[in-house]
Amino acid sequence: MSLPTISYRPKPFGGPWVVWGGFALVLAVVPLLWTSSFAQTMLSQIGIAIIACLAYNMLLGQGGMLSFGHAVYSGLGSFLAMHTLNLVSAGKLSVPVSLIPLVGGLSGLLFAALLGWVTTKKSGTTFAMITMGVGELVWSMSLMIPEFFGGEGGVSGNRVVGQAVMGISFGPQIQVYYLIAVYCFLSTAAMYALTQTPLGRMLNAVRDNPERVEFIGYSTQNVRYLAFVISGFFAGVAGGLGALNFEIVTAEVVGAARSGAYLLFVFLGGATFFFGPILGAVLMVIALVLLSELTKAWLLYLGLVFLLMVMYAPGGLASLIMMNVRVAMFGKLRRLLPGYAGLAVASVLAFLGASAMIEMLYHLQLNAALGPVMHFMGISLDAGSVLTWLGALAVMALGVALFAWRQRSFSQTWNTIAEEIEHETKMREAV
Amino acid sequence: MSEFAVELLDVHKRFGKTEIIRGAQLQVKPGERVAIIGPNGAGKSTLFNLISGRFGPSSGQIKLNGQRIDGLTPFEINRRGLSRSFQVSNLFTRLSVFENLRCAVLWSMGYRYAFWKFLSRLDDANARAEQVLSMIKLDRRRDHLAMNLTYAEQRALEIGITIAGGSNVILLDEPTAGMSKSETTRFIQLIREVTEGKTLLTVEHDMGVVFGLADKIAVLVYGEVIAFDTPEAVRANARVQEAYLGSVLADQQAGGH
Repeated sequence: MSLPTISYRPKPFGGPWVVWGGFALVLAVVPLLWTSSFAQTMLSQIGIAIIACLAYNMLLGQGGMLSFGHAVYSGLGSFLAMHTLNLVSAGKLSVPVSLIPLVGGLSGLLFAALLGWVTTKKSGTTFAMITMGVGELVWSMSLMIPEFFGGEGGVSGNRVVGQAVMGISFGPQIQVYYLIAVYCFLSTAAMYALTQTPLGRMLNAVRDNPERVEFIGYSTQNVRYLAFVISGFFAGVAGGLGALNFEIVTAEVVGAARSGAYLLFVFLGGATFFFGPILGAVLMVIALVLLSELTKAWLLYLGLVFLLMVMYAPGGLASLIMMNVRVAMFGKLRRLLPGYAGLAVASVLAFLGASAMIEMLYHLQLNAALGPVMHFMGISLDAGSVLTWLGALAVMALGVALFAWRQRSFSQTWNTIAEEIEHETKMREAV
Repeated sequence: MSEFAVELLDVHKRFGKTEIIRGAQLQVKPGERVAIIGPNGAGKSTLFNLISGRFGPSSGQIKLNGQRIDGLTPFEINRRGLSRSFQVSNLFTRLSVFENLRCAVLWSMGYRYAFWKFLSRLDDANARAEQVLSMIKLDRRRDHLAMNLTYAEQRALEIGITIAGGSNVILLDEPTAGMSKSETTRFIQLIREVTEGKTLLTVEHDMGVVFGLADKIAVLVYGEVIAFDTPEAVRANARVQEAYLGSVLADQQAGGH
């Protein structure tokens, strides 16, 4: 399903106070509504991921810099925050625990200032290659310097230090969540504010046309460097919060897999809109925590979703949402609903067929000892029988065919609506 | 203040073994409007790229208001008061028309890399961007993305970005390329208005534009300036006629220009 692109940036509904007030309210209220300890774990991680993904998108979406090594800055922030926490525990240093994430931020900033000096000398593919190289470098250091990185076991600590201040000891997870929520809100606001400043706008200009930027008085290298350092700071804040949250930091936080996850989920969320990475962060935690519990094949599903998004919705989830918001603002969303229903049924069928086969394959490969019969979506499947495979294949084929059929008429409706909206916009302008 | 706004002294540019600019000399006084003409491959665009810092010259000197600028980067040259446009529109495609112009005024207004000030509160920069917006007559397209403009509108925005920063020396590389006759006529008027009182260098193929816009013409042939004078004198110059202009001028005069 390829949708014609409609560029659309609406004024925030009800003005900035409503948007930011709503965001603060959600952060404050969600753990009261969803109170299990599992929920608190998820929400804490989502808050951290939001900061990290927004920091990453400062490079990718705002500045057109494809980094394969941003976990270096969040990860080093984690390690230095953890070492600082341990110094505080040992009584050698006096820093309030609530400010430990700032230590992470400053570490991220320092390392970004140092390593970014090399990285941002180049743009485009060369930039991407250097970030990858720097990432590998730091990763290999993590194995070579166990004194700092803690070797295989990592570095652990205890966030409960000294006397509780006003009942806050950061022992209970909920207290840590609210600390994360405060940092998340402030960081998000600061990063949004940055997009409204001269540096933020020139960063967009560098993304669109670096050559021209040089001819209007700006050094593209300086713009990239400053953005990189600021992004490193926020990545480090996220890292510092992670250290407090998990009370352990292992070398994988600076690894390529973490860097890749930032890229993947920011892209899925949508790099072209400021709020896209927030959606990406939510997806990231859901995938890494929830999906990985549900199925062993979760990386495969993730890869498939990523592939489909890159091919059919390169603007990510955020742009899909905004395209529909635009249609809704013109009062035409109702006409798309039957189409969406049809596509949803087709997608579910195709997904069921495909995932039945994937799960059977994984079952045969990993759990062969348990026999060929497995449970899938509440029914028993015999992975050893050809009939089951044919059945799953048939369900998938049916779904795909149905999708292809419904998609054609959906595209027609969509195009008609897009034309109508364009026409109405022109009429309004002409008045 | 130096006697010349732009000065080229024995400038050479080699790409590998090929020498494109072979000892170009040119001295442009402040406020002059100069059209650089010459046959294809004479090195007109290369000359612009050398002056604006896109390439460094292989040898020779380039001066802006008496100060040497050869070997400087484009942004250093721009900060000293020289701005250029491009033959193929070079815009910030995913930003609105207004944002394109505002980006172009930020440095000259001293905002540099500020991340502690909101754009919406930069009254002088916003006023200047709005002013340029109406000068290039794109008011109605203010909030449209640059990528969605028509060709002629993109050309106008290209000029707008070039002049927005208030540079005193303006280089326009084939500003009317690809435009229709009527668009070209309007566009020349626009260029005249927005470059009022500035030193202007243009590269042009259209002789109508050249004679409509320029006080002086520089003729570039095989990387050398073989004539630099008023349009009348250049027309009468035997060397120019022989090298290049004769046939073109004859055509133009026969065509009623």
